Amino acid sequence: MRHSGSLPGKLIAVEGLDGSGKSTQMYLLKRWLELRGLKVYFTEWNSSLIVKKATSKGKKRQLLTPTTFSLIHCTDLADRYERQILPLLKAGYLVLCDRYIYTAFARDAVRGCSRAWLRNLYGFARHPDLTLFFNTPLPIALGRILSGRPQLKYHEAGMDLGLASDPYESFRLFQERIYHEYLAMTDEFSFVTIDGGAAIEEQQAKVREIVGHRFDLPSYRWKTII
Amino acid sequence: MKFYQEGLPGVDPAHLAGKLIVMEGADGSGRSTQMDILKDFLEGKGHATVNVGLRRSTLVSEELNEAKMGNVLGEITRSLFYATDFADQLENRIVPALKAGFVVLADRYIYTLMARDIVRGADRDWVRSLYGIALVPDLVIYLRVSPGQLVERNLRKNATLDYWEAGMDLGLSRDIFDSFMQYQKLIQKEFSLMQREYGFHLVNGNRSIRAVSREMTAKVEQLLEI
Repeated sequence: MRHSGSLPGKLIAVEGLDGSGKSTQMYLLKRWLELRGLKVYFTEWNSSLIVKKATSKGKKRQLLTPTTFSLIHCTDLADRYERQILPLLKAGYLVLCDRYIYTAFARDAVRGCSRAWLRNLYGFARHPDLTLFFNTPLPIALGRILSGRPQLKYHEAGMDLGLASDPYESFRLFQERIYHEYLAMTDEFSFVTIDGGAAIEEQQAKVREIVGHRFDLPSYRWKTII
Repeated sequence: MKFYQEGLPGVDPAHLAGKLIVMEGADGSGRSTQMDILKDFLEGKGHATVNVGLRRSTLVSEELNEAKMGNVLGEITRSLFYATDFADQLENRIVPALKAGFVVLADRYIYTLMARDIVRGADRDWVRSLYGIALVPDLVIYLRVSPGQLVERNLRKNATLDYWEAGMDLGLSRDIFDSFMQYQKLIQKEFSLMQREYGFHLVNGNRSIRAVSREMTAKVEQLLEI
């Protein structure tokens, strides 16, 4: 049921571990495109208003199992997809997604959900026109998140997997497994890999080069005159 | 017991000692009445029972009830919301009760959800895989009542027809009566298609409460050997 025909707009996704630097890079990409006067929309994982309440309730009260965790995040994407992403693509927007279906493929598979089931579940969502994978060495990504010894949330640390009783250790093991899931998907889903260990400016220059090369950017300018 | 397809990660269906009995049928088919009778019958014989139904999960029932009031959810989002509600009850109520040897009485199950989705244009294979997490019930009773009788019973009870049970969101007709008749026919057609695949026990619900309950309890006795 995957819909693959071409749409006037383009879908660009960033993927990577927590602390991989993808959100910073996505923000800079968005600024660049906006400042060039292009139609840009940015959306992030787990941000649909209707679903948010249920997700936070489930997480707080630890009601979520791997299956319901997966379904509720899929519901979140579906809501954003049906109401924003798809209509915006049809209207010729560059839609930027901070995390997309591959986040679920990686995380939920680590939590034990069947890969075949996950791929079908997200079958309504078209694959991005460009997926940037921020390949940041595990110690660097972990260091960025853990350097301040933050209070890790239960699911964020992957405590529900029972990998370790210490949240920091659990987080490390959880991220390592996710990292390997990402690597295994690189070819299957044609990720374009960015070295997340490089300097911010260097990464951004690379990102802009790829985006500028892949898409005919001037065609995404506003056509209405205000 | 066993799962339809992928099932739930971490749950071994071989360890489920209880029985799962499902009752399907439209609003006004006498479902709730028959469920009450069945519960009395089973408890009279010394079996412990648990009732489950749609939109009763801790996780998302509030959100679903809110969403029902307005047209705020897209088709896929609504499907997934219902699937989340189902999965939450499956894992947190049905599975634990079955483990403990209870007879679980389900007032509607995945079939209603699947039929509703398919009638609204969802991809059959997508829906089937989505609900591949479900347990195969020991018995599914499908109470079929003709649309003409359903209208009469619904109007007698509420003096009005429910927006969703009339399928008004499909735009089959602007007249709620016509829409109800057409929609219920579509749903029944879908159930007929599923009947063979999923082995429903068809019970003619166009009869008196007593006649229906006699047939139903006999089926339960014979099939479950209880």
